[in-house]
Amino acid sequence: MTPDLLEEGSKRREAYLAKQAASQTAGTSGGQSASYGRVVSAADEVDVVHGGILYVDDITVSFDGFRALNKLTLNIAVGELRCIIGPNGAGKTTMMDVITGKTKPDSGRAFFGSNIDLLRLRESEIASRGVGRKFQKPTVFEQLSVFENLELALKMDRRVRASLMHKLTSADFDRIAEMLKLIHLRDSGSRTAGDLSHGQKQWLEIGMLLMQDPKLLLLDEPVAGMTDEETERTAELFLSLEGSHSLVVVEHDMKFIGELVNGGQREKKKIVTVLHEGSVLAEGALADVQANERVVEVYLGR
Amino acid sequence: MNTTTLPSSPIASIAPPVPSLLTLRGKVVVAAVLAILVVIIPVLNVMVPATSAFHMSDYAVSLLGKIMCYAICALAMDLIWGYTGILSLGHGLFFALGGYAMGMYLMRQIGRDGVYHSDLPDFMVFLDWKTAPWTWAGSESFIFQMILVVAVPGLLAFIFGYFAFRSRIKGVYFSIITQALTFAAMLLFFRNETGFGGNNGFTDFKRILGIPTATSSMRVTLCVLTGLVLLGFYLMSKAIIASKYGRVLQAIRDAEGRVLFTGYNTLWYKLSIWTLSAMMCGVAGALYVPQVGIINPGEMSPAASIEIAIWTAVGGRATLIGPIIGAFFVTGAKSWFTVAFPEYWLYFLGALFIAVTLFLPQGIVGLVRKLAAKGGVK
Repeated sequence: MTPDLLEEGSKRREAYLAKQAASQTAGTSGGQSASYGRVVSAADEVDVVHGGILYVDDITVSFDGFRALNKLTLNIAVGELRCIIGPNGAGKTTMMDVITGKTKPDSGRAFFGSNIDLLRLRESEIASRGVGRKFQKPTVFEQLSVFENLELALKMDRRVRASLMHKLTSADFDRIAEMLKLIHLRDSGSRTAGDLSHGQKQWLEIGMLLMQDPKLLLLDEPVAGMTDEETERTAELFLSLEGSHSLVVVEHDMKFIGELVNGGQREKKKIVTVLHEGSVLAEGALADVQANERVVEVYLGR
Repeated sequence: MNTTTLPSSPIASIAPPVPSLLTLRGKVVVAAVLAILVVIIPVLNVMVPATSAFHMSDYAVSLLGKIMCYAICALAMDLIWGYTGILSLGHGLFFALGGYAMGMYLMRQIGRDGVYHSDLPDFMVFLDWKTAPWTWAGSESFIFQMILVVAVPGLLAFIFGYFAFRSRIKGVYFSIITQALTFAAMLLFFRNETGFGGNNGFTDFKRILGIPTATSSMRVTLCVLTGLVLLGFYLMSKAIIASKYGRVLQAIRDAEGRVLFTGYNTLWYKLSIWTLSAMMCGVAGALYVPQVGIINPGEMSPAASIEIAIWTAVGGRATLIGPIIGAFFVTGAKSWFTVAFPEYWLYFLGALFIAVTLFLPQGIVGLVRKLAAKGGVK
């Protein structure tokens, strides 16, 4: 061995180490916890690996010059139960319209998870991706039976041909039976939905939402017209869904909001959002929001 | 949700009884209708001598055949209006298009027996045309024209429906557009240049498949055929309504928004039933033309389409037997009225429609059911 060769060898080794070090720094995330190259099982499956289920970003909607939503930004985390309050005309329902594809905004972005662009999909597509929506006025199929209402909501192929050939399996029956029990309509399966009381219709609609197995539930005044007892049971139901589902509840009833915020998993601090004139006025814990001067001003019109 | 075990017979307690397509009683009724159609009517008309009280006149046979064609239209209207909640005031157009497709074939069957003894239909000779227009290309072929009977109304309905439903045109707006569509088509068919005989339409038919039309046996055959088609369509509609697809249609009628947000693309549901409904009307028109012996643009008039809706409403929407009863009742009343008090028929029809709308939202069938339920309570 000559000194030249020794020297060359050491140079090579140095170069190799330097290269390795460089590749190490370039790809610090390339270890075992690497997140890229992750396979999302299907293109229409929602990707929530970053912890967010809904991203509404800078959304503006105008109707004949009136700005129903004004650069609204709102993020909902996976498993979160978010309450949204606001005076009439604050843009709560318009916000839901945008998220569910009913209204196309003038500008802004809205994503379901980090991969599904809500603004490019139709209502039915958004619904089958896992966004369920309850209307302000209870909306059920009045002339069908309670059972049939749930059957139609059952998660399955929604295409025409599949519907023509469809037969309920015993697993489907079990699921419907389970849901009837959950929404306290166990003995009403064969009743016509139109004959139910207002509160029962609200429950049926919530049941229909759950049959779709949604990941995100948008609930527009879910306890309107319910008795106190029904309201309490609804709060219990929503709290039981928290964690496994993400919920956005728009409500006027502050007592109900209080039940939702203070119940359930107490260790998690729940956020309440106040909308006003199409954008977020305040966001934070219920007590903080209620103490917020601007919120008080808006609500009491001082 | 916790998966608790269910009581021993959960299905029976929660699910409404699943209606099988035909109960035993239903099967008996279908068999009876078949027997009447295939045996009794031909026997009464052809075998029983004209002097007997049981003889069924040729007039009665063709009237029955005609009314059954109307009943098919009413049934088709029920699928789209009664079950899906989409009121069409243009179904007469699909009926007429089916009729015209049949009429073209019948015109070619006249051959050289027309007034001018030409290969071309008489009206073309009269207009001094040397060749038939391109639309008549396949009219010599029975099979080709029979395909057109369903294909033309179906295609028109599909294209029209696709754009209307995709643009979310609903309710009264949709009804008005369908009305305008049939009116526009009527104006088009009134023109001689359109190539379908102008305002006279087609008439003076001689034979079908080489067999003369103006005979008793042909009349009975067509009447029986119409009855069989009506029965077939009725059973088909029953199967459709009993399927989950049928329940989605009713859900669209009750709350389309909910259906959309439940993940169904309602466009394809509405479009498929709309197109099927139009094709059924086309078949009805094709059966109608050889029995009445004429087709002209009058069948496309708005009033003709409105009448279809009236049959359905009078009989009872969202019941399958209702529209058939309605067609029989209203056209039966019309046959009698226009003979007894011809000038009062339209007043009667108007009054009937108002009365049904105000007092019988479920039509005749609803009334019968109500009375039956009352009787049951006693």
